[in-house]
Amino acid sequence: MTQQPGFGPDLVEVFGPSQRDGGPDLVQLLTPEGERVHHPEFDHDFSAEDLRGFYRDMVLTRRIDTEATALQRHGELGIWAQLLGQEAAQIGAGRALRPQDYVFPTYREHGVAYCRGVDPLNLLGLFRGVDHGAWNPNDNNFGLYTIVIGAQALHATGYAMGIQRDGDVGTGDPERDAAVIAHFGDGASSQGDVNEAFIFAASYNAPVVFFCQNNQWAISEPIERQTRIPLYQRALGFGFPGVRVDGNDVLATYAVTQAALQRARDGQGPTLVEAYTYRMGAHTTTDDPTRYRLSDDVEHWKLKDPIARVEVYLKRNGLADDAFFDGVKQEADELGHHLREGCKALPDPKPMSMFDHVYAEETEELRVQREGYAAYLETFEGAHS
Amino acid sequence: MSTKITLAKGLNMGLRKAMEDDPKVLIMGEDVGKLGGVFRITDGLQKDFGEDRVIDSPLAESGIVGTAVGMALRGYRPVVEIQFDGFVYPAYDQIVCQVAKMHYRSKGRSKMPMVIRIPFGGGIGAVEHHSESPEAQFAHTPGLKVVACSNPVDGYWMIQQAIASDDPVIFLEPKRQYHADKMDLDESVQPEPLFTSRVVKQGTDATVLAYGPMVKTALKAAEAAAGEGKSLEVIDLRTLSPLDMGPVFESVRRTGRAIITHEAHVNLGMGAEVSARITEECFYSLEAPVLRVGGFDTPYPASRIEEDFLPDLDRVLDAVDRSLAY
Repeated sequence: MTQQPGFGPDLVEVFGPSQRDGGPDLVQLLTPEGERVHHPEFDHDFSAEDLRGFYRDMVLTRRIDTEATALQRHGELGIWAQLLGQEAAQIGAGRALRPQDYVFPTYREHGVAYCRGVDPLNLLGLFRGVDHGAWNPNDNNFGLYTIVIGAQALHATGYAMGIQRDGDVGTGDPERDAAVIAHFGDGASSQGDVNEAFIFAASYNAPVVFFCQNNQWAISEPIERQTRIPLYQRALGFGFPGVRVDGNDVLATYAVTQAALQRARDGQGPTLVEAYTYRMGAHTTTDDPTRYRLSDDVEHWKLKDPIARVEVYLKRNGLADDAFFDGVKQEADELGHHLREGCKALPDPKPMSMFDHVYAEETEELRVQREGYAAYLETFEGAHS
Repeated sequence: MSTKITLAKGLNMGLRKAMEDDPKVLIMGEDVGKLGGVFRITDGLQKDFGEDRVIDSPLAESGIVGTAVGMALRGYRPVVEIQFDGFVYPAYDQIVCQVAKMHYRSKGRSKMPMVIRIPFGGGIGAVEHHSESPEAQFAHTPGLKVVACSNPVDGYWMIQQAIASDDPVIFLEPKRQYHADKMDLDESVQPEPLFTSRVVKQGTDATVLAYGPMVKTALKAAEAAAGEGKSLEVIDLRTLSPLDMGPVFESVRRTGRAIITHEAHVNLGMGAEVSARITEECFYSLEAPVLRVGGFDTPYPASRIEEDFLPDLDRVLDAVDRSLAY
């Protein structure tokens, strides 16, 4: 390691290739080989039912992703943001939430949406082009997808400041104390809004968990183009703790997120969780990852598959029988059918609906435009009505 | 009972009243607490309402607006202060991509009852980025409403009406008028609705349209013109999005002539929109083309020559003469 007098270590050396496995600070509870390991800080007891639940959630989440990808290939969706490989990061985080917690997602949180009880069919509308998000954010405390990178980190922080002002933090009542989680990716860590969110959250000690899924790629740009230090270490510079968890390990992701959320609910302020994972597919269905990354990398990460390791663990320890696995497969098939049939049946919005909800109180100007266009359409003898 | 107040005082009283009336109203911004804002518009509010309701923010405009979005989603009514017009641009993304679209995106399920206060315009001898007029940028964004007050009484009422609105309102305050003139406020007189324009001086020969800091200039021009035997009608637009064109059309149909003036650059400014609408609606009543008097299409210049940039009494009168010459 090179060192200049008085300036500390060369950060490029610190971040170098040794980090490919997440480095020494990676929190892990289940290895890629399906071995249960223990961690001094984040250990957690999981029942067989918990483990089967995680497995089922991840399988169904992967099915949402593969069905949606297929629907895009068949022209039913304009685009799809794939999550293949990130199932554990999303299910671990999603299952750690309580009903009163609030989620501010980016546009890839299909697994978290599923955990919150959002019908996955509702996710497809946005990618099909029939709406900007069909679910009511207040039904499940799951916000609408945010396309502008990192903008939602500030919304999450502001919402958390609202929770503080409502007195719903640090009361000790598990039904009342609430936290907020903001999801974003490694690319977003470069955005001003994410950094400003860190500053606001730290300054006001807001009950928010910043959950960064470091999937190594921001479209074609590798993590080295976003940062010269491991992302979780950034938190220290803002004055709150950061932790790197194996994002392909659903047990560890659950345990770490659960602890961070509880910290927030208890009034101890923000945490940055870096879920160290890998995007096995493309950024979206429009790009071609073979143009910018090595197949060797993909092969390396295939061995860390988040679902396979839980499956191995369940089987090896006799925690699930064939009937269970068959049942999950059947459930996934039913979900796939629901998405395929449901997607094709999603009605196109009526043209006149574009005028709806621009304002809480519609303006006269817009009313005139609306009526003018309606009258114009009527000249086509109802062809567009 | 009436009180004599400045615009700064009117806004301060209006904010106080809104906070008393609704515990969900919060003020957020840089230096709004102990200092009372660099223009002292929030003077004394933190002392009386506490640090949880008058929130001194980190120095980050996108952060201020973006966290206010989250506050609004939680059911609060944030009033955000942008310290100077030229500093709103770091928050531009949050304003046009998030604040403006949240209601639409959510099919009306998520309201954005936010007010973004911006001291705007020039004439105070400030350095770069402290004298801009960004109104057209926001008026061009569906989902936002944009208003500009021009006098102390409007300041008092309009800020309360903007806070009460369930839509996000960009609230423009003419900073060179903050401490300029006093006016009688009689709270027993009911205010006009927020999104309306108003005839502030009646006349017969030409209609002069203005808003914010230029209303005073327009009124002075009308006074000077009267000395030359010309009768000018002056309309304070007050609302820029939506535009309230009813009183404008009515006036122009009578006078046959319209001149719109603003500090902002003429190219693609509010004047262009107002002119287009007058032409569409009042074509057969017009005796002259609609004329625009605005800031030149240059960046805001160094303050020693800002009086040449800003439309003044003489430039407005020159346009009136050109209009009357047709």
